[in-house]
Amino acid sequence: MTHPPYLSPAYRSSVLRAPSRPPVVLRADPDAVELTGPVFGHDEVGELDADLTRHHAGEPIGERIIVTGRILDAAGRPVPHTLIEVWQANAAGRYAHQRDQHPAPLDPNFTGAGRCVTDEQGRYRFVSIKPGAYPWRNHHNAWRPAHIHFSVFGTAFTQRLVTQMYFPGDPLFPFDPIMQSIPDPAARERLVAHFDLDVTEPEWALGYRFDVVLGRTPTEEP
Amino acid sequence: MNAVQPTPSQTVGPFFGYALPYDQGPDLVAEGHPGAITVAGRVLDGAGEPVPDAMLELWLGETGTRRALDRTGEGVSGFGRCPTGADGSYRFRTARPAGPYLAMLVFARGLLRSVATRVYLQDGPDPLLDTLDPARRATLVAEPVGEGTYRFDVRLQGEGETVFLEF
Ligand SMILES: [Fe+2]
Repeated sequence: MTHPPYLSPAYRSSVLRAPSRPPVVLRADPDAVELTGPVFGHDEVGELDADLTRHHAGEPIGERIIVTGRILDAAGRPVPHTLIEVWQANAAGRYAHQRDQHPAPLDPNFTGAGRCVTDEQGRYRFVSIKPGAYPWRNHHNAWRPAHIHFSVFGTAFTQRLVTQMYFPGDPLFPFDPIMQSIPDPAARERLVAHFDLDVTEPEWALGYRFDVVLGRTPTEEP
Repeated sequence: MNAVQPTPSQTVGPFFGYALPYDQGPDLVAEGHPGAITVAGRVLDGAGEPVPDAMLELWLGETGTRRALDRTGEGVSGFGRCPTGADGSYRFRTARPAGPYLAMLVFARGLLRSVATRVYLQDGPDPLLDTLDPARRATLVAEPVGEGTYRFDVRLQGEGETVFLEF
């Protein structure tokens, strides 16, 4: 079981929002619209969109990072030319979102939203700053481990995936009901990026590697 | 044996609103596009309360000539994205799809994985609809509420729960 169940009571917001009935499984229809997906042009995405440290006049505060990896299909083949969107809190753990009430400072030089389209080999690369952990009101003394939200398209609407990337060695993992909603520890581990000295740039930024594997489409062999 | 394993889903969370919605995202066609229709409704939770922090995506089946992100170009885009408002409402302006339905994905705080559904613009013989009992079937059929306007509510849980799909 890769994905979390919809109902995961420790994550309180799931209680009234999780569907109570199992989904209807559709396998047979080769004409289903969902077997295709939107194509995004490379020129629809700005060159600087993937560098979250360069969206303002000055440099954001925080630990500069490079996050790179590949988008793969269920058979391990690269998915080229697909859109990836990311968003995250700043180094202090605050989102540039109106409704984020965490009393940590906003950074005028950091919005924390970026996007890019994968290259021929399914690769992507973002430059950013390491997000801070932040508190939330799910339970007493609840803190989210530092994470970057990822939104990935793939080639079929059935592959559409929104997830979160975590950083290795975070002590908050065992206390986070969102990460722990994934029942299989090995599957949870797949959301943790790997520190990579080869991605790290001397005198500049720490490097992390994070691959995303999309689900099998109904037309692929199991 | 596969060398790779799929990446698990996580919730879109409450704070996507400054990052994912984009200018004209809900407009798959420009204003005044001939034959444009409106698909609008609300997202509701298991208590019947509006979900103000959901995001819906619509897919018509073809990328089209109006571009998906920057919305330059003429004609129709196959893709749209709309966040819900404080009252749980959303609204898309789109062209009619080639087939009987539009594909829809719903993301929200509290949804650990997106849910997939279909918006049928009319009832009729259909390989999916025909497998559902009448009450369940009705959750997938949009209600015409005026010239070129359709109402389609998404009920995530409980009475009248929308039929969600897995592929
Ligand atoms: Fe977050």
